[in-house]
Order: sequence, then structure tokens, then C-alpha cells
Amino acid sequence: MSVFINRDTRLLVQGITGRDGSFHTRQMLEYGTQVVGGVTPGKGGQRFDNRVPVFNTVADAVAETGANTAVIYVPPVGAAGAIFEAADAGIAFIVCITEGVPVMDMTKVLPYVRERGARLLGPNCPGLISPGESKVGIIPGNICLPGRVGLVSRSGTLTYEVVNQLTRSGIGQSSCVGIGGDPLNGTSFIDCLRAFQEDPATDAIVMLGEIGGTDEQNAAQFVSQHVTKPVVGFIAGQTAPPGRRMGHAGAIISGSSGTAAEKIAAFEAARIAVMKRPADVVPLIKAKLN
Amino acid sequence: MNLHEYQGRTLFRAEGIPMPDGDVASTPSEAESIARRLGGTVVIKAQVHAGGRGKAGGVKLARTPGEAADAAEKILGMTIKGLVVQRVLIVPAAEIASEAYVGLIMDRASQRPVFMVSPAGGIDIEEVAAKTPGKIRRVAVDPRYGLLPHQAMGLAFFLYREVSLARAAARIMEQLYQVFTANGCSLAEINPLVTTPDGKVIALDAKVAIDDNELDRRPDLALLRDESAEAPSEVQARRANLTFIKLEGNVGCVVNGAGLAMATMDLVKYYGGEPANFLDIGGSSNPDKVVNALRIITSDPNVKAILFNIFGGITRTDDVANGIKTALSQFPVKVPIVVRLTGTNEVEAVEILRGIGMTALSDMDEAVQKVVALARKAA
Repeated sequence: MSVFINRDTRLLVQGITGRDGSFHTRQMLEYGTQVVGGVTPGKGGQRFDNRVPVFNTVADAVAETGANTAVIYVPPVGAAGAIFEAADAGIAFIVCITEGVPVMDMTKVLPYVRERGARLLGPNCPGLISPGESKVGIIPGNICLPGRVGLVSRSGTLTYEVVNQLTRSGIGQSSCVGIGGDPLNGTSFIDCLRAFQEDPATDAIVMLGEIGGTDEQNAAQFVSQHVTKPVVGFIAGQTAPPGRRMGHAGAIISGSSGTAAEKIAAFEAARIAVMKRPADVVPLIKAKLN
Repeated sequence: MNLHEYQGRTLFRAEGIPMPDGDVASTPSEAESIARRLGGTVVIKAQVHAGGRGKAGGVKLARTPGEAADAAEKILGMTIKGLVVQRVLIVPAAEIASEAYVGLIMDRASQRPVFMVSPAGGIDIEEVAAKTPGKIRRVAVDPRYGLLPHQAMGLAFFLYREVSLARAAARIMEQLYQVFTANGCSLAEINPLVTTPDGKVIALDAKVAIDDNELDRRPDLALLRDESAEAPSEVQARRANLTFIKLEGNVGCVVNGAGLAMATMDLVKYYGGEPANFLDIGGSSNPDKVVNALRIITSDPNVKAILFNIFGGITRTDDVANGIKTALSQFPVKVPIVVRLTGTNEVEAVEILRGIGMTALSDMDEAVQKVVALARKAA
């Protein structure tokens, strides 16, 4: 078991013939993900790598392949359009990898997706992986190990760092989910915490947050009220200056709010074990699981 | 991207928001002729991306064109919160009967644009929010329908009892909403919105921030960027497609990915060092980015040692190693470099580094401890 994706996930790749889309489609196929189709307008009827059928529209692809999940690798100006299209075609789970999507676009996309009962992960995220079952996005499969720790993060490479520490210590993962570094996104920490809490294959949760906004504080409150499984947390950006966007569009301390100190205090108040550095994940998870 | 007040005014006035006439000057004589054209008493305002301009002496009143020149002379070149004033805005002094605050922000929690208004204007709105939250009214706007008439009137009546003033304020809020959505703003703020003794409602300030993600599709807005307001190294980094923020420490950091870059800076601090910068070389590595990164970091004389922390995924670690090799062949790097890399093509990367007499570590903590010790030894 796992959250959001598993071996039954039937994946459609939007932007399958582009530079990033084609590279990562090959990686996902190699990992064992069921990539059932791709979409590139104007290339319908072709086959990607003589293997995956390509369609002009998501609706065509869904009708032919029964895809239930889509991953988006299209440039920022087209990303919102791609999400609208996937939601309209009845895709239940949409993962948007694209970085740089205008926030104004997201204010329209998010209610549209929700009203159709779909879930969006991202944008500006590395996607997710359920080790040994399926990977959707760009998280390297070789650093993951099947197991019982669920991980949720706002970051890409920091996730890899922490997953790698777990794997090297023999601690496997049920699912690793990157929710993305943008200020407005489709899936929050709380959505992931709820999913891990309900997932019988997850015994403990690692949450990697960063400066900016209040998502981590809200997540901490949710943990104290609704999560019975042990949670270990980290906040990146303790040395970040206020008012500066630290790479991720959402990673910015505005005035006096969104600081690492305030988020760490919220974690501690919710009895989340706080990692002072990435390597702390191993001893803290071991202590929680014993 | 923050706009200067004079740039924000242009967007506001194009939408019809009532504001006093005015113009921008970069020399005292320009300020003098603008003051002469406007006539009467004028206000000279420093154009820098910093709050608290008034307290810092960056806003002055002038009764004559000569006084305007003197005031501009004093303000131009002044440093406010580390930023040198290059331009001043000259506007007629308005007679003020009351001051209010009107702001529109992109709210992360509701995932919508949210209006915040307060009859306590002209002051720090964060302070009002913290001390007297009852003096602020918020309304989230559904972007599919825009600001609805009753929402605008509700906000306006929170500011003014008199219906003529409320109608004028409501109209301004509708115009502000247009500015916000048409330009992809993350903030559009009027502080203060004032009433005049003759019953007009006018905006006396314009604070606008544009979502950086809009700039690719809006080259007209991208042109408004004032590079003189940024550290030269940050301008150089942006042109090289690197995300770079200069800090005060002595450990230079080159990292792939924003989250890992922040965590690396934090770890430098954890082991007793101080990071000299935030630098994310991004996902798809190409050796040129590494060359540019090293060039920018080594131009900071504070830097005593440099750390590479690369977790290869999409980033190929051999590309990074090749970048280091190329950089070292192009210009001298006089400070020690510590390389930590792991992931995609790690074996090839280690081989490339060995060829130029360098070694690579695979553990992040070990690498950070080493670079902090080297920086301390050199300091």
C-alpha cells in the first residue's frame, strides 16, 4: 500500500515528446510505472520510443487508455492550460512538475480542479514515488527503498538527501511526496498527513518544510489533533534573510511571519520531533519506531 | 519583483485611480523644474525599495522650486537600509482630512487575492494587524467573478460613513483589483488613501510587487526592473540563470535545489560557520552554470572557502565536475574548494575531479564540517 499512486496507477504524460518529458518518461518506464499514453498536440498517432501511444488531446488519451493519473512537463505559460485539460478529461490525480507557473493562473486552476473532484500535486514539485510500485515525476528511483515511512516535502533535492539517509540506514519508505515550493499549490502538507495517517502501510511520517507562509504551522495543528502516528519534521531556511525569495517562489519571510523559528516552535508544540539537520532523520525515526 | 512608487503610480493612473500629478527626477535641477511646473508646495520622496522612508529622512516638504532642489540634493545619494537613492518623486503636497489603508495581496491560505482595508492609514499595517485586528477588514475575492459590487461597498463603508466618499473608495478598490489581476501582482497597496477637505478620495502612495513568474510572458513589466537597486553579483547571477542571494558570511555555497541550498546554509551555521550566499544552480546542470557560479562567488572578497553540495538527480554530477574543471582553467580560485557530490554519474565525476587533483566527499555533514574549518583557518 501507499498514498496517491500504486502499481495500478495508469499514467499519462502531458508533454511526452519535450526534452524533460521524454527523459523522465524513460526513467518512469524503467522504474516500472505503467505509462499508458502521452499527449503532444499535433503528434497524435505516433508512438514514443516505439512503445507509448501519443495523442493530440487528454480526452482522446483517456478514452483510449483508461488513464487515471497525469503528469505535466510543459513550459510555464502552458502549464495552467494543461491542468485545466486534464481535469476536464476526468483525470483524478494530476501532477504538475513545471516550475515558474504564474500565481494568478493558479488562482483559477485550483477551484476548477477541486470542483471536478480531482487532486492536483504541485506545481513546481518533484512528483512522488511509492517505492517498488510506481513513480510519477522526477524523484530518482534508485535512492528509494520499499518500506513503512511516509515522507512529505516542499523541496526536491532536500527530499533526495533525506530519503538517501533513510535508505542507507535500511529504513524504507511507503511513499515520498513532493508538494512543491510555490505559494499556491494543489496538495498541502495536511492532505498528505491525512493520507499517511489513513494508509495502513505507513508507520511513521517525515515532514520537510521550509520558511514562508503558514502551511507548516497549520500542519502542526493538524498533527496534534488528528495524527496518531509518530511524526519527525525539519524546517529549511533558518539562516535565510527576511524579504528575500530563497529560490522557491514560496520560500520568503514576509515581515515577521513565516520564519523558521515560528515553524519549529509550532512543530515542538505539536510534539513533532524536530530534526536540527538532515542526518537527524535516522536516529529520530529509529527512536519513534522502537 | 518590487516596483518603485513612481512605477506603481504609472500602473495606478493608467487604470484611472485618482492620484496627484507628479514626476520623477534624478538630479536636483530636474526636481526644481518639476516643482516649478507643479507650483505650490511639493513633497520630495526617495524612490528605494525600503519601508520607513519618512523616518530615514527620505521624504521632505518644499515650498519653492529652490527648496525642492535643496531637498532633492539631500535625498539623492542618501543610503536608506543599505540602498542608495537614485531617484526622487516630486508630487504636490495634498491637504489631508483623513488617512486610510487599502491593500490587496495574494493570500496563500485562501489561495485568492485578499483585500485588507483599515481606517487607520498611513502607518505600518502589520502593526495594526498585530495590535488592533478589529481595525482591519479582509475580503477574499473569487478571481472567476472579480471584486463584486457589494464587496467593494462593504469595504468602503468600513472606511467612510459618508456615502459619496464610500462610493469613490469602492471605485478605487475596483480599479486596484484591475491593476492587480492585469499585471500579475502579488501585492498592490495604497497607504495612505486620503480624503481631502473638499471631499475627494485620492491615493497618495503606490506600492506594487509583481509575481516573478509573470515576467516571462510580460516583457513590458520585466523592463521595470531596477538593477541599480540590487547587488551587482545578484544581477550577474540572474543573467546566468542562477538564483543567488548575497549574505554576510565567509563560506561560499554552490548547491542544486532551493531546499537543499537552504539546508546547506543552515548546516554551515550549525557547525559554527556563516554562509556567504544562497546559490541554487537549478535542476538541469550545464557546466557553464558552474563556471558562472564560481566566478560570482570568488568575486566576493569575504569568501574564505567554497562548498559544493550536489545531490545528483536530473543534475548530473559529472557536469558539475566538468564545470569546476573548466572554471579552474579559466581563472584563478585562491580559496579552498570542498566538493560533496552523490547521485547521477558520481563515479565519472570523482574521476574528473581526481584528474585535476581534487577529491570529493559523499557525506554532507563531513563536507560542511571540513569547509567551515578551512574558512576559519583562513579568516
